[in-house]
Amino acid sequence: MKTIYAFAMILFLPGSLLAQPSGDEILDRIDQNMSADSRHVVSKMVINGTRSTRTIESETWSVGDEKAYTEYLAPAREKGTKMLKLEDQLWIYSPGTDRTIQISGHMLRQSVMGSDLSYEDMMDDPELRNRYDAVVTGSEAVNGTDCWIVEMTANSPDVAYQLRKIWVDKKRYLPLKEELYAKSGTLLKKTELQDIRRVGNRWYPGKIIFKDMLKKGDGTEFIVESIEFNVDVPEHLLSKAALR
Amino acid sequence: MLSIKLAIKNLIGAGLRTFLNVFILSVAFVMIVMQNGFIQGWNKQARHDVIEWQYGQGQYWAGSFDPFDPFTYEDAHAPVPQELTDAFESGKIAPILISQATVYPEGRMKSVMLKGIEPDQQTLAIPSEALASGGDEIQAILGSRIASNLKVAEGETLLVRWRDANGMFDAVEVKIAKVFHADVPAIDMGQVWISLEDMQQMLDLENEATIIAIANQELAGLDLEGWNFQDLDALLYDMDQMIKSKSVGNAVFSAILLALALLAIFDTQVLSIFRRQKEIGTFIAMGMTRRQVIGVFTVEGTMHALMALVVGAIWGGPLLMWLKKTGMPMPEGTDQMGLPISDAIIPAYSLGLVLTSVIIVTITTAIVSYMPARKIAKMNPNDAIRGKIQ
Repeated sequence: MKTIYAFAMILFLPGSLLAQPSGDEILDRIDQNMSADSRHVVSKMVINGTRSTRTIESETWSVGDEKAYTEYLAPAREKGTKMLKLEDQLWIYSPGTDRTIQISGHMLRQSVMGSDLSYEDMMDDPELRNRYDAVVTGSEAVNGTDCWIVEMTANSPDVAYQLRKIWVDKKRYLPLKEELYAKSGTLLKKTELQDIRRVGNRWYPGKIIFKDMLKKGDGTEFIVESIEFNVDVPEHLLSKAALR
Repeated sequence: MLSIKLAIKNLIGAGLRTFLNVFILSVAFVMIVMQNGFIQGWNKQARHDVIEWQYGQGQYWAGSFDPFDPFTYEDAHAPVPQELTDAFESGKIAPILISQATVYPEGRMKSVMLKGIEPDQQTLAIPSEALASGGDEIQAILGSRIASNLKVAEGETLLVRWRDANGMFDAVEVKIAKVFHADVPAIDMGQVWISLEDMQQMLDLENEATIIAIANQELAGLDLEGWNFQDLDALLYDMDQMIKSKSVGNAVFSAILLALALLAIFDTQVLSIFRRQKEIGTFIAMGMTRRQVIGVFTVEGTMHALMALVVGAIWGGPLLMWLKKTGMPMPEGTDQMGLPISDAIIPAYSLGLVLTSVIIVTITTAIVSYMPARKIAKMNPNDAIRGKIQ
């Protein structure tokens, strides 16, 4: 009797549930879209503060999540400022003072130019699959797009967030919304990915809205003007000599 | 003796001129004592306060900890050594665990140093006992400067975000159990204090600390693996240097003040010698040597200093005593400069300070009195007695 009941259940289950991938499969697919050996990005960061809005343009070359070189292109006040990240160290060159300063481990977590992004967030490119155990907890529509809700729990203690909750587009396997939680369960950051477009053989957002949930303000928009994946990053850009 | 009698007679005869000179010199004398008294008082108060609130009788620093190098903070922690267990249980040491964190008062983001201290410690004056009564809620105490800066008050909550030893973010609301006032900004500005146990749990650093302040010298200089001892000389070095530089600045100011007063005496001496040529000639004619005449004028000038000391003691003594009682109130905002200054500086006058000031004023006055008097040695007595200008 039990066997017949189980067989009937399988027969009448909705097709979508039958096709539900595992959390790890979803993370793999996300990593295929989002992660790359190297990339070259020209972007615009719109910082919506409590008093004013600022737009900062930059160009970034990065290799994995270990090395990145960013040069600010606008506004005039920030133009020429350069940042270099090598492993867990970050240097900033300011043309105004003609000095290169090193930002310490903790300062990497500070806000970049008053935005909702920390230096780490900006340069982080974590491969989710290796660091989190993912479980699909349901599905929900985000801006009219059907998504899997995936809860990711850190599988090692050396990641920034204990829990991440992502809403993944069922068709394109790209997170459209993400919530980052502290160990205590406090919601720390919220991210929305919009303007999804095709870049080569992957889907990538044209706009990412970051919101530090502990801070006032309307969040920071990270607008990708152009992006190339797996490019040859000029060797000289990933050394301190490039800062001057 | 004759010189002194003559000097007193002449000084009294000069009337208002003598009074003005003496008064100006007494002002310089009192100001020098007062200024140095304030510097000494500040030095005394600052040393006392930083020892009481910040350093204890010395500190052990874990590994590479350097308070001026934030790069060292993350890795500078070690288990509290076994050798100090008894001292820890009796409150004779204060282990402090330090980490950088971010607080969000009303949605604003501020970087702070999160410090864990044992509520029962007896080593530092920080009112850590307020951290004991919390139940499940983490209690925090803040100095009045950071509380005012963050615009938070006792009884309110403050959201704190930090990373544990592995780098994982955590955030929790802490309750502000107490806002305390301390004259030492270094334990107040940009710092949030919570209990050591809470801190160790938050950072996942069981029984570890970054620095250990000791309450008495018996615990000083022990050879503890992974810990470096910093004695008070090392800890107070920067403050001593700062006081020294203040003393130099003060000495310059005192020198200018004294020079102005001495200028008046110098002028008086020059004028006296010019106007009293007949008297000088008469002295010499009556058998005094030039040297004796120079002595009369030098003593006369120096008497200004001695009279200034008496006058200064008459009006300056009560003033200095009153200042010692009330102190000099510091302007608002002084405590934001990062210096260990109390609301009012109480001057400290030592016998050495007063004696040094007396000697300096007297000797310099004697020198400026002697310098114009040397002209007497070159005078022709015949011309002098006739009052002929030389």
